[in-house]
Amino acid sequence: MKIHEYQAKALLSEFGIPVPQGTVATTSAEAKKIAAELGGKVAIKAQVYAGGRGKAGGIKVANTPDEAKKLAGQILGTRLVTHQTTPEGVPVSKALVEQAINVERELYLSIIVATTNRMPVMMASEAGGMDIEEVARVSPEKILLEYIDPAAGFQAFQGRKLAYRMNLSLVQVEQATSLMKNLYKLFQDKDCSLAEINPLVITTDGELLALDAKLNFDDSALFRHSDIEQLHDVEQEDPLEARANELGIKNYIKMDGNIGCLVNGAGLAMAVMDLITQAGGRPANFLDIGTVNDVNRVVNAFKVFTTDPDVKAILVNIFGGLAKVDIIAQGIVEAHKQIDIHLPMVVRLAGTNVDEGKHILAESGIEFIEATDFYDAARKAVQAAKGEGN
Amino acid sequence: MSILIDDKTRLLVQGITGNEGSFHTQRCIECGTRVVAGITPGKGGSEILGLPIFNTVAGAIEKTRANASIIFVPAAFAADAIMEAADAGIPLVVCITEGIPVSDMVVVHNYLRGKQTRLIGPNCPGLISPGKCKVGIMAGAIHLPGNVGVVSRSGTLTYETVAQLTSLGIGQSTCIGIGGDPMPGSTFIDILKLFQEDKDTNLVVLIGEIGGTAEQEAANFIKEKMTKPVVAFVAGATAPPGRRMGHAGAIISGSSGTAQDKISALATAGAIIAPSPAEIGTTAKKVLGTLS
Repeated sequence: MKIHEYQAKALLSEFGIPVPQGTVATTSAEAKKIAAELGGKVAIKAQVYAGGRGKAGGIKVANTPDEAKKLAGQILGTRLVTHQTTPEGVPVSKALVEQAINVERELYLSIIVATTNRMPVMMASEAGGMDIEEVARVSPEKILLEYIDPAAGFQAFQGRKLAYRMNLSLVQVEQATSLMKNLYKLFQDKDCSLAEINPLVITTDGELLALDAKLNFDDSALFRHSDIEQLHDVEQEDPLEARANELGIKNYIKMDGNIGCLVNGAGLAMAVMDLITQAGGRPANFLDIGTVNDVNRVVNAFKVFTTDPDVKAILVNIFGGLAKVDIIAQGIVEAHKQIDIHLPMVVRLAGTNVDEGKHILAESGIEFIEATDFYDAARKAVQAAKGEGN
Repeated sequence: MSILIDDKTRLLVQGITGNEGSFHTQRCIECGTRVVAGITPGKGGSEILGLPIFNTVAGAIEKTRANASIIFVPAAFAADAIMEAADAGIPLVVCITEGIPVSDMVVVHNYLRGKQTRLIGPNCPGLISPGKCKVGIMAGAIHLPGNVGVVSRSGTLTYETVAQLTSLGIGQSTCIGIGGDPMPGSTFIDILKLFQEDKDTNLVVLIGEIGGTAEQEAANFIKEKMTKPVVAFVAGATAPPGRRMGHAGAIISGSSGTAQDKISALATAGAIIAPSPAEIGTTAKKVLGTLS
């Protein structure tokens, strides 16, 4: 899960990491008031989940409160298009107004879990302020790594190693070490999947400050962080994905085609998408219905399909394991009872309780096109979406 | 022969009294698995499916000489269950549970260092040596005993693959789903090593997917250590970058995460690539035809 920059900075601050003074504004009048309180030059930063804001015009600098009002007005209520968003962009409903900082150096600092070593790693670089993936590609030697023993935690010597290699002054080494320890504590305490400060700046006064920050959280751990979960901003999501999420369909991603896919298992769902493409069609979505045996979840998946104007045919491909085919079949029947569905539907069922499942569908009287295997299903769905029979 | 599990496996079920736990225990028994006990804290001393229930894994080991465990415990408690099994000295622990927090798994992996326990999963379908033993949730009926090893990051795509093999009359030595999480207990390499050593496995089918670098690491191993043929498929050629496709591990970030990069690495290493997920069985059949 992602959160906004202003929320990330509030968390950093809570964990003792210095951030610029600032407040979030939802109107240009608020922006003016905040700028007046801060005094002097301010930065006005569009609050969106996507990166690449600066280049897209989502960050502006104002010299006076009146200019802050004017510039905030140019950002708020618009949609920002960056290289990370769709061509429609993402809505900007909030702008962070914060004191402008005089920067001497820009560093990079982040923590992720390194899957190959199966432990967290602190990454630091003198090449801050840039796209770190690009730095890693072009000059990997500029990225310094310290793996963190999960039992011992992040140690001061590791902070010193990184700080000295980034050529910090004696005072800054101490500051940086304590900042890194705090960042690791935040990463641990809140189950982050990414804690990134880019850039971590050294001001002209020699102070370290988190000028921009990104915190992502492990979705699987949200059950123990209700404080984090409530920070989620639905507005930043694709509306259909938000709707799916609201209906309890967590593994749904909107795609650009017209075949609504209901599959169990992520790997199989991807393979079905590959097959649809191979058969000359395009999937309208990725959807892994998961393994919870719940009739309502199947009904809700159909509700998503009928909400999506792009969907011209539905493909159900279930190979039961932990998921039981008969429960999926009950779900399909229940969906047709509850919702007016006028879309051709191709169904392929196999695995745990398949006979019971097929029986339920056959008895229901629902119209569907039966498929023998998943390629057959993909082929028939592509035909059905084109309005061709079999 | 087969790898990891066979007719000598004595299985414990952690979380046996839950819906999934009891349902799949029954199915494992029907596939020939010798299930010796279940664990549910607080229900020790009672019985389910005619099997004794113990409060702790250590207590169960003492009485049953179990040598494997399967875990159906909910995500919030699953890491604890894995470590309990490892502490009791169980050599093979299979964790079915999906959605375990990454930080919990970091602790688990740290705990397992230097211990003899091999972990399969989490977020996996488990494994089956057809005709001998099943420690998992796959439908036993689609399998056939034989000489092809199957290893996969995906559960249901493994079922598809096995169904294709079986319908062509190609049996399997052991089929393993290593799980869709970014840090599986056992990697492709761990399993490829075992298949390479198993005298009754003639060919290995490897099913990968987008995200991470597990397939590239497997490719290196295939190039350097495997003498047996490997048929491979990588799912997610049509998946968009930057989006997590259900599995926590399935997200394209950087070019090494793409299906194309993985397919190239595997092909360069000498693996035979199945052109589509519907042609994994037929590709394996062709390769098997060249062996005899």
